[in-house]
Amino acid sequence: MEVLSDHNWVLTVGTFLPLVGVLIMLFIPKADEALSKAVAIGTAAATLAVGVFTMVQFNYDKAGEMQFVAQAEWISVIKSSYFIGLDGISLPLYFLSMVITLLVMIYSWNHVPSPGNAKAFYILMLVLQTGMAGTFIARDLVLFFVFFELVLLPMYFMIGVWGGENRQYASLKFFLYTMFGSALMLVAFLALFFKTGAESFAIPFLIENGGAIAKNTQIWIFAGMFVGFAVKVPMFPFHTWLPDAHTQAPTQGSVILAAILLKLGTYGFVRIAIPILPEAAKEWAPWIGLLAVIGIIYGALGCLAQTDMKRLIAFSSVAHMGYVMLGISTLTSFGMNAAMFGMVAHGLITGMLFFVAGSVKERYHTLEIKRLSGMLVQMPKLGWILGFCAMASLGLPGLAGFWGEFPAILSAYQPAPGLNVTVFRVYMVVAAIGTVLAAGYLLWLYQRTAFGEPTEEFAAGHGHDEDIHDVNKFEWIAWTPLLIAIVVFGVYPQLMFQVLDPAVGVTLKAFGG
Amino acid sequence: MFSASTEAAEVILKSGWFLENAFIIPIIPAVAFFLIIFFGKKMPMKGSEFGIVSMFAALVMSIGAAYQWIQRVNGVSEETYVKPIIRSWTWWQNDGVSLGIGQHIDGLSITILVVVAFISSLVQIYSTEYLHGDRRYTHFFASLTLFSAGMLNMVVAENMIQLILGWELMGLCSFMLIGHWWEEGANSRAALKAFFTTRTGDIGLLVGTSVLFFAANDWTQKTLGVSGFSIRGLSAWALSGDPSSAAITVGAVALFIACIGKSGQFPLHTWLPDAMAGPTPVSSLLHSSTMVVAGVFLVARVYPVFYEGMNIYGNSVNFIVLIGGVTIVIAAALAFVQNDIKKVLAYSTVSQLGYMMMGLGAGAWLPAVFHIFTHAFFKACLFLGAGSISHSASHHSFDMKKDMGGLRKFMPITFSTWIISTLALCGVFPFSGFFSKDEIIDNVGYAGYNFFMIVGLFGAFLTAAYMTRATYLTFFGEPRGAAAGEHHDDEHDAHASHDDHGHDAHGHDAHAHDSHAAHDSHDDHGSHGPRESGLIITVPLILLATLALGSGFLNAPAFGEKWENLKKWVEPRAEVVSVTGIAKPAGAHGETRLAAGSEEPVDDGHSEAADSGSHSKAEAGKDGGHHYSDCGSKTPVGGVCYAPQLKHAPFKWWKAGMSVGIVFLGMILSWLLCVQLYTRKNKKLVGLTERNKALGAGYSFLANKYYLDTLYEKIIVRSIAHPISRGAYWFNQNVLDGIVNGAGTSTRKTAGWVYRNVDQKLVDGAVNGAGTSAENAGGALQPVQSGKVNQYGALLFGAAAIGALVLVIINF
Amino acid sequence: MLLNQFLMLGAVLFCIGVYGVIVRKNAVLVLMSIELILNSVNINLLAFSLRNGTPDGHTFALYVIAVAAAEVGVGLAMVLLMYRNRRSVGLDDLSEMKG
Repeated sequence: MEVLSDHNWVLTVGTFLPLVGVLIMLFIPKADEALSKAVAIGTAAATLAVGVFTMVQFNYDKAGEMQFVAQAEWISVIKSSYFIGLDGISLPLYFLSMVITLLVMIYSWNHVPSPGNAKAFYILMLVLQTGMAGTFIARDLVLFFVFFELVLLPMYFMIGVWGGENRQYASLKFFLYTMFGSALMLVAFLALFFKTGAESFAIPFLIENGGAIAKNTQIWIFAGMFVGFAVKVPMFPFHTWLPDAHTQAPTQGSVILAAILLKLGTYGFVRIAIPILPEAAKEWAPWIGLLAVIGIIYGALGCLAQTDMKRLIAFSSVAHMGYVMLGISTLTSFGMNAAMFGMVAHGLITGMLFFVAGSVKERYHTLEIKRLSGMLVQMPKLGWILGFCAMASLGLPGLAGFWGEFPAILSAYQPAPGLNVTVFRVYMVVAAIGTVLAAGYLLWLYQRTAFGEPTEEFAAGHGHDEDIHDVNKFEWIAWTPLLIAIVVFGVYPQLMFQVLDPAVGVTLKAFGG
Repeated sequence: MFSASTEAAEVILKSGWFLENAFIIPIIPAVAFFLIIFFGKKMPMKGSEFGIVSMFAALVMSIGAAYQWIQRVNGVSEETYVKPIIRSWTWWQNDGVSLGIGQHIDGLSITILVVVAFISSLVQIYSTEYLHGDRRYTHFFASLTLFSAGMLNMVVAENMIQLILGWELMGLCSFMLIGHWWEEGANSRAALKAFFTTRTGDIGLLVGTSVLFFAANDWTQKTLGVSGFSIRGLSAWALSGDPSSAAITVGAVALFIACIGKSGQFPLHTWLPDAMAGPTPVSSLLHSSTMVVAGVFLVARVYPVFYEGMNIYGNSVNFIVLIGGVTIVIAAALAFVQNDIKKVLAYSTVSQLGYMMMGLGAGAWLPAVFHIFTHAFFKACLFLGAGSISHSASHHSFDMKKDMGGLRKFMPITFSTWIISTLALCGVFPFSGFFSKDEIIDNVGYAGYNFFMIVGLFGAFLTAAYMTRATYLTFFGEPRGAAAGEHHDDEHDAHASHDDHGHDAHGHDAHAHDSHAAHDSHDDHGSHGPRESGLIITVPLILLATLALGSGFLNAPAFGEKWENLKKWVEPRAEVVSVTGIAKPAGAHGETRLAAGSEEPVDDGHSEAADSGSHSKAEAGKDGGHHYSDCGSKTPVGGVCYAPQLKHAPFKWWKAGMSVGIVFLGMILSWLLCVQLYTRKNKKLVGLTERNKALGAGYSFLANKYYLDTLYEKIIVRSIAHPISRGAYWFNQNVLDGIVNGAGTSTRKTAGWVYRNVDQKLVDGAVNGAGTSAENAGGALQPVQSGKVNQYGALLFGAAAIGALVLVIINF
Repeated sequence: MLLNQFLMLGAVLFCIGVYGVIVRKNAVLVLMSIELILNSVNINLLAFSLRNGTPDGHTFALYVIAVAAAEVGVGLAMVLLMYRNRRSVGLDDLSEMKG
């Protein structure tokens, strides 16, 4: 593969710099929390700086090709190599992971959840960052798998140690679910490896040779990958870990989980499953589409039944990822673009929603929708931010969410050649109905929590006045970039589409557009 | 006139800076919105100055554009298709194809631009007084300004996606503004209902846009070099003979569903009256004159799609006409039983929107657009008048029966502007409504939709009736409640014996109440009786009333062809235009500014060529001197059409006289009825509840036998209007609202059930089941795990021994 | 040949070792019993090595001795720590691993 840039070190540095930070932090005494935090944030900022450098150096005219490619011997016994690269599909997610990590760390400055121990908490986040960034640049299946799994442990500990009351159950459920998926995924990877002649785990090689595998075998291999990725997305009916994990996870965990971790699954579909196994993808597409639209409606219904704000947002993720998967299942450029855009948009918006939910919890010590009311009276700024995010989340044009939603609906009208048009048109209508339900549950949530007068319990002079304050400094620093990004991408989506579109075109080569 | 960059040797179409840069118009308020959000609270006028200045700037630019557009149109002959000024920049891309954002400026968009900018300016000025001291004054102006940005953006939209952007932004602002006083549950519920209902309609917008895009994209890319989202592309495609009838019908119906939601058409109109929970300037701007016409605008904007998709002129009924016609009657009947003045106006708006839709559905494109134009002025004026009343005369009450009456003495300006606007709304010659509404009715009949012409006339009758009733209750009769200086209508006793000649006495009464009301009022206006509002409120009223009176003359076929200016300026001409020049830049998908700039003169040249070479104007139909082209009836050869050939009903005085007569009949009947009901009823009905009034009316009917003529009318009106309107209202409140609520409740219930039973038990149960069984298995083996090293050793060796045994056995 | 006797010796030592591991409660004695087991295996290895005339068995035996030395080293260290912490080397006191 042609190397488009000489800076092939940037990806390695950008990915592993957090681990260097971890090493340094190991030598900081546990008691010195401020120093731990500062070092961690410094590391994340340095990582982000590398990320910005990557963005600057990225050749936008060739966004469809792999750039900053680096390849080195790694485990030659199983013909796996250290093979990384970045194209238009990876770039936004790669960068997003860096941004989110830094913002979450800033937010954590005065929000370390109980039982404290900032050092360990920050170390986990840095490890997470390496895993997430690595997943988005890996060009080798074994490497991908390693990074993919690397993410699991820090998140497990984050939920299990810093989580809510039911944290052990939730963390275990999260871990087992994902491990189960990963196991099947690994089997699928191995089958792929052997079926293509046991020559290489490199994704480009597999894309070239994967199409030659017999169709039935392809379908089975795809099934294994499907389970692995679908659990992570999560698609109906593999989603039940998500509400628990989100509800129990600390705010930071929820944000990272929603913003980045869920995207590992969809990214896997786009990067690995579909280009390598095009025949199987075509066979599976209607079923993926079906599960996606079920997820859209089902997630929305789930939201309507919730009494807990955070759980509601978690369920809304199921619905939103349904749009992403619907876009992917059409196997068209509109759908893929929508899916990729939707992933980033969902990361920004739902991440923000979880931030807000965390801050609400911090102030009111509850997320019971019934007990919350009149947030706009007590904390106007936080209330408006919640409203803004709700609007973005329901897909209002002019904000980022729209560009993940509308093109996905659009694409379902005309799926890739060979797919059943009627079926997908039904999906389109169902998905469009989903937008109304989304408006329903989000506005319903907003009406009950933000409008009206504060409930008796939390009204002024009832002992909660000290806790209930408007958005503070660290929250502003952490949130402003996200809020700006939501508006900027919403107003001028070409910023992202110009990067995504060429890469999507390359990915879909096997489907003839 | 500023010379355009497109000056070429044979330029026949003039352009100008304002036209070329009309896309700036929505950007101005958008910028102002951010300024208000970030700096508004620190400004001396709390941010309202940004809003007002931006709206004035937008107004100036719109008028400039209008002037230059007129120049452009006047420069060519009557039949030449006047090319809109289209510019486009890449907004997003897909599969290497740029999809644009930009402007599509033609007569229609300029008309609406002027209306929106003008009314927004007035309403913002009005609001500085009306909402003076409001707790969220700055937010209010931010939302108003953002609304204007959204609406203006929708109007200049070059393509469907940009249009959706503006469309939904308006929905958002509508939500924020209806729920402006969100502390009260009713307001936030109304806001939610509005957003939710329009959003339901928007399913159609998303689906319709998708359907049309895929149906049209290949053709438009090949022929015009634009995407299937482009409004120009869609228009030309619809008339090209390329679309399959299924695709275009589905697309048109889907889009129209969105219009039903947004423009408050039956059966999705229920949100609009509830939306009156917002501040009155909001009702005036969003929910009468501008936002709610978005649906009508959309139909007018991509009219060829509806023309072909709905088979307009083809049958005696189509979906648009049907919905429009039903809406007119249903809403007008409802307006008759309202006590809240704003609700009367809201139902009236719904009804008038029905006219516009019916007009569009019957091919009366120009009258419908003209009605948007005139309706905006008089309806905004009526709403602002209602606001003026509540602000200065009725203690923020909108209840006509309880808190108004006899106000014409106290509020002469409000009264006279109200009367002018009411006459305009009723369609009395020579007020503006006459020239638009009557044209709609006339053209609907002329196009062969005879039944709907009668519906329109009946609607006009009802309009006259309910507006008379509202006027009577508000400005005539005796002052009641707050209007009489009281704050509680319970104290209302001594006036029972006065008839409608006793206004003077009431005036005194009101003043008498003034003094004693002062101590028990809990409101800053409490110490005043009714009085005229200040200049900030009355000046916008006067301006709007002037336009309500005069704007009709912009297109007055009654005085001959010379007066049909709007037709000349706004209606797109149905000419077959050559596309050879346009097809060239098909490779340059971007439609960048450069391409657009260079394209224009080439295109003009060709349209000139098409002008002379075109085959299609062979028969110049002798119908008011209009030329006929085949656009809309036959597949155009050698070019494309951007607009179908529309029919225009020739103006006939006897028809106009007939409809004005019907209006007067409505007014007179209603007046007499009102006098009976509201002035006389007190004699007999003191202490009777609301429900008994129907009975009581029967009694008063008996008691007042000597008004024989009136009584006949009363019987007829009572037996027809009331059961129908009450029935419709019942249907509205119980069936339609019931369906909405029922759907909501049952969805909630289903959701709860699914969540409890499927999600938590079945799906989760399966997962937990796997875990539990593993746990049980582990539990059974638990004793083995004794922690005793010796036992472990024994187990180890035991296992080894068994293994050895097995080996031995196998080997033997 | 003497193979049978060697194997018999090995078997006896092994049984003594197993008996010790299972029955004795003293950690040191258990360790010694493990040594016995390992050495019984060594005897077997050497016996077969002699019979086959190859050096494989010797090599294995040497490995086993080395490993056993290490194992005893670690084991005794653990016993020592155990004694320090609990003042006892009784294995019955160690039941933290009970599931």
